[in-house]
Amino acid sequence: MNDEIKTVKSFDLTGLSCPMPIVKVSKAMKELNPGDIIDALTSDPGALTDFPAWAKTSGNDIVDTRPEGENTRFFIKKS
Amino acid sequence: MDMEKRIEALENQMSQLQDTLVKIEKNADEQKLAMIVFSGDLDKALAAFIIATGAVAMGMEVVMFFTFWGTPLLRKKDGDTTGQKDMFGKMFGAMLPKGASKATLSKMNMGGAGTQMMKTLMKKKNVASLDEMIQLAAELEVKIYICEMSMDLMGFSRSEMIDYPDLGYAGVATFLSEAGTSRVQLFI
Repeated sequence: MNDEIKTVKSFDLTGLSCPMPIVKVSKAMKELNPGDIIDALTSDPGALTDFPAWAKTSGNDIVDTRPEGENTRFFIKKS
Repeated sequence: MDMEKRIEALENQMSQLQDTLVKIEKNADEQKLAMIVFSGDLDKALAAFIIATGAVAMGMEVVMFFTFWGTPLLRKKDGDTTGQKDMFGKMFGAMLPKGASKATLSKMNMGGAGTQMMKTLMKKKNVASLDEMIQLAAELEVKIYICEMSMDLMGFSRSEMIDYPDLGYAGVATFLSEAGTSRVQLFI
């Protein structure tokens, strides 16, 4: 995976706990076009398993997951 | 002639298949969650709303049915509890919590101290309160039904229930009809 992923929007979801990260991201996805990628930074440890589960069910794609200190940044592509 | 008969037989089979397909499609489970909220405990109600709002994020339609002790969770904070009520209604009205903000923990309540501690902790950890979760559910278009029998039994009037955008009053048939086409059904 190359370092440069072009995203159309960035979300800071640090400090938010379950279920807010996926609620916010799913709301955001509604305004995107297929193929658009967003990135979301979260501090919720549950997100590590929750984001992939959410993506699988909602039919979106997690193109990259990057740890940033204690947080994790997800790159999500709308399909 | 033989050919014509075969085509006719095929056509019949095809239309039978189409009918079956329509039936299957009609009964197929939808991406829907049907949930009964029986408990009026703060912790269980929180879990119910976390699951409900999470399910909407997963792309599901969500229907919640509030019954028995779950019913008072949807009372207004300052709703009237006295007008037109009989003795039992007044008793229930006074003894049951007035709304979600008055709900207490199912464990470690310790006369209210435990619940207060949990609320403080939730604020500190940035976990949404039950009132905020109900607000969020409303924004996410979660449908809520209140059990008509519970309302009647406890003497609650519709005017003392919260203003929720998609609120209905129903009985068991409505729940079962919704649950019948839901992939996920929960009882909390």
